[in-house]
Amino acid sequence: MSRQLKFNIFRFNPEDPSSEPHTDTFMLEETPSLTLFIALNKIREEQDPSLMFDFACRMAICGSCGMVINGRPGLACKTLTAELPEEITLMPLPVFKLVGDLSVDTGTWFRATNTKIESWIHTDQEFDPEAVEERMENDLANAIFELERCIECGCCVASCGTANMRDDFVGAFALNRISRFIMDPRDKRTDPEYFDVVGTDQGIFGCMGLLACEDVCPREIPLQDQLGILRRKMAFQGLKNIFKPKEKGRHRRF
Amino acid sequence: MEHETFYTDLLCVGAGLAGERVAIAAASAGFDAILLSLVPARRSHSCAAEGGMQAALGNCAMGEGDSPDVHFADTVKGSDWGCDQECARIFADTAPIAVREAANWGMPWNRVVAGKAKYWKGGEEFEAEEKKDKHGLITARAFGGTAKWRTCYTADGTGHTLLYTLDNKVTQLGVHVHDRVEAVSLIHDGDNCIGCVARDLKTGKLRVYLAKATLIATGGYGRLYSETTNTVINDGGGHIIALDTGLVPFGNPEAVQFHPTGVVPTNILVTEGCRGDGGTLLDVDEKRFMDIYEPAKAELASRDVVSRWMMYHIAQGKGVPSPYGDHLWLDIRHLGAKHITTKLREVYDLCRHFLGVNPINQLIPVRPAQHYSMGGVRTNSDGAAYGLKGLFSCGESACWDMHGFNRLGGNSLAETIVAGRHVGLKVVEFLQGADVTLKSSLAEQSVAAMAERVDRLVNRADGAENVYAIKDAMQLVMMEKVGIFRNGGDLQAAVDSLREIYAKAKKIGLRSSGIGANPELALALKMPGMVRLAICVAYGALMRTESRGCHARDDYQARNDRDWLNRTLAYWRDLDADLPDLQYEPSTKVMYMPPGDRGYGKTEIIPMDAPKED
Repeated sequence: MSRQLKFNIFRFNPEDPSSEPHTDTFMLEETPSLTLFIALNKIREEQDPSLMFDFACRMAICGSCGMVINGRPGLACKTLTAELPEEITLMPLPVFKLVGDLSVDTGTWFRATNTKIESWIHTDQEFDPEAVEERMENDLANAIFELERCIECGCCVASCGTANMRDDFVGAFALNRISRFIMDPRDKRTDPEYFDVVGTDQGIFGCMGLLACEDVCPREIPLQDQLGILRRKMAFQGLKNIFKPKEKGRHRRF
Repeated sequence: MEHETFYTDLLCVGAGLAGERVAIAAASAGFDAILLSLVPARRSHSCAAEGGMQAALGNCAMGEGDSPDVHFADTVKGSDWGCDQECARIFADTAPIAVREAANWGMPWNRVVAGKAKYWKGGEEFEAEEKKDKHGLITARAFGGTAKWRTCYTADGTGHTLLYTLDNKVTQLGVHVHDRVEAVSLIHDGDNCIGCVARDLKTGKLRVYLAKATLIATGGYGRLYSETTNTVINDGGGHIIALDTGLVPFGNPEAVQFHPTGVVPTNILVTEGCRGDGGTLLDVDEKRFMDIYEPAKAELASRDVVSRWMMYHIAQGKGVPSPYGDHLWLDIRHLGAKHITTKLREVYDLCRHFLGVNPINQLIPVRPAQHYSMGGVRTNSDGAAYGLKGLFSCGESACWDMHGFNRLGGNSLAETIVAGRHVGLKVVEFLQGADVTLKSSLAEQSVAAMAERVDRLVNRADGAENVYAIKDAMQLVMMEKVGIFRNGGDLQAAVDSLREIYAKAKKIGLRSSGIGANPELALALKMPGMVRLAICVAYGALMRTESRGCHARDDYQARNDRDWLNRTLAYWRDLDADLPDLQYEPSTKVMYMPPGDRGYGKTEIIPMDAPKED
């Protein structure tokens, strides 16, 4: 006998004056290899066409479908109902602005944060279409990719104690991103310049070390290590700043 | 009516790699650019490209002696001579520059490691010596249909990493990204395109974008099919708004690629890099078969050829039975744990998470699934759409046409930033000379017409047909009758069914309120357009009485260069009609490489100069 699944789903449509936040319940028969992607689409197509949620790639590579699944942030597309009890409660990710039901606006949040931390290679080197590429060790390319694997799904942000209390905290995703640039010799920013970006309470010193970010990361990025390394590096730079007047960096923007 | 209006120089509909690359070109030249995207830009389907992009750098041992000439020849053969050779030439020449430019922007391409290296081909291990003087340069892996190892990569997350690299550049340049905004119609006066009407998918409100140049870069139309590797947003939205003008043709709609290795049952893609790196296909007896059908290229023949042999082999009773139908196996076990957990890491993860299969010691169930749209908005080599000035298209959404009737693996990721670079420069030239009047009266008319459509759907003014039932019916017809093997009877039946489905699609009524970011309304607005695209694909396939590349007719098995060395141009001039007008143009104006044998795939060829039959 297949299980009858009971879905408790958070509902609210901010654009509809008659809508109040509440929970709706839907029943669905479990089928083999059922994922939350398939289940939610079935509920929308067969039971309630107004149900709002986000999916795109449905293969855990695009980061669209972060939601709180029985109390834990995760990607809905790669969650098999077989791993869950019969009663499944789905809530939208906190921290991000609600679009409606399970859908949240991660795009605006991530773009603003990426702009704030200047998430790009800072270099004065002009591209020469005639020139052979600069060399790089393959191990370094792999190490950069390891951190670049983040898909900005927002699970680390939603699970973060600081981000839930303070809306100016950049979150583990951004600190990991900065670690990626520090590692990359093509980015010519210096430690004092990185310190200006993340050596603050909005950055690495806002982290309380609870590390739920690493627990929930669907990409299994070693966030704990990266946050530790970055904290040490920035603390050292902070000490240097006390004893030495800050240098003017070439790429400083703040 | 009340709505927000945005003005810009360049409006890119679609913020995947192609749209972003063109926007970067415009912004770098000092122009304003706005990118519209159905999803946050970094969630675009470009991120799902795994294996890599082809560029003839010739750095790795197995790529030695490679050049743009060889890449060009592979691309033309891959296209089964259906491509525009001028574009294929521009592409092959520009690809190395685009790869290096991306490296300059921070792309962590994998690199050559000097010394002896072990590789696999067809289940056999061999050794090659990577040269010292190439150490640290960008390396490449093998992909199907190529004479050299040419596919540059970052593990098997190449599209993801490249998209983040370009989106970083977009952020740096201050290009405006309006995500969760869907273009729903183009604004034009019959000669010039001046922007689009769009729906804000966060609030449901309509908006107007007025632009001197508009680019369609919305990816493919895989979601016309029920079994596709494509993301749920690849619904042909850009093709619909272009076709709906009645002026812009849909080029080669019937050119639809099926990828050999979609996993069963979810149709998630596992990269061609698996076979490129030495993975093999096995049947129910766990025996290889591609080496028998294709002695020269085996598993690494082009995708159309491998997909057909797989379906043929299943039809011979050699498939593996499963509750989801017969499938075959992909075997990468011999590549070893280190290779699989590094170079094929995404494959490793998705097999474990979605299939419960560990590919280090288990076989992966695979079957061909719809994968790529070679057809699209027909443009010239500058990326300028036929039919409307100021309208451009680039990437998978375009029929720029370097792929013809079959695209090589690694050539689509490459096309996004290579054509994007080229078309970007042409868009800049256009903007520099542009003398465009952005008539707001035209915009008013267009937005009012769209608002009326919304009202009619919400009020069920035309009927109460269920949009999801229509979508399912359409997808099923396409999958069953316009798939890998085609024939006149099935295709005619498909066209007939789709015309009936189209009649229903015009009578859709919402079951929900339609208020706010309502998903039912979003689908209802595009559903009739999706059926029109499906009819173009089926009708184009019905009329093309030959086999070429991915278009395989059981009833016309020869490639007919005498009558069909041409490109279909489908026009939908009258929305009340239920068939497109088909016209044809020569495949290519310049012929650097006359039609010949591909070197894989057994096809009878009717030569260009064969006498006409009575």
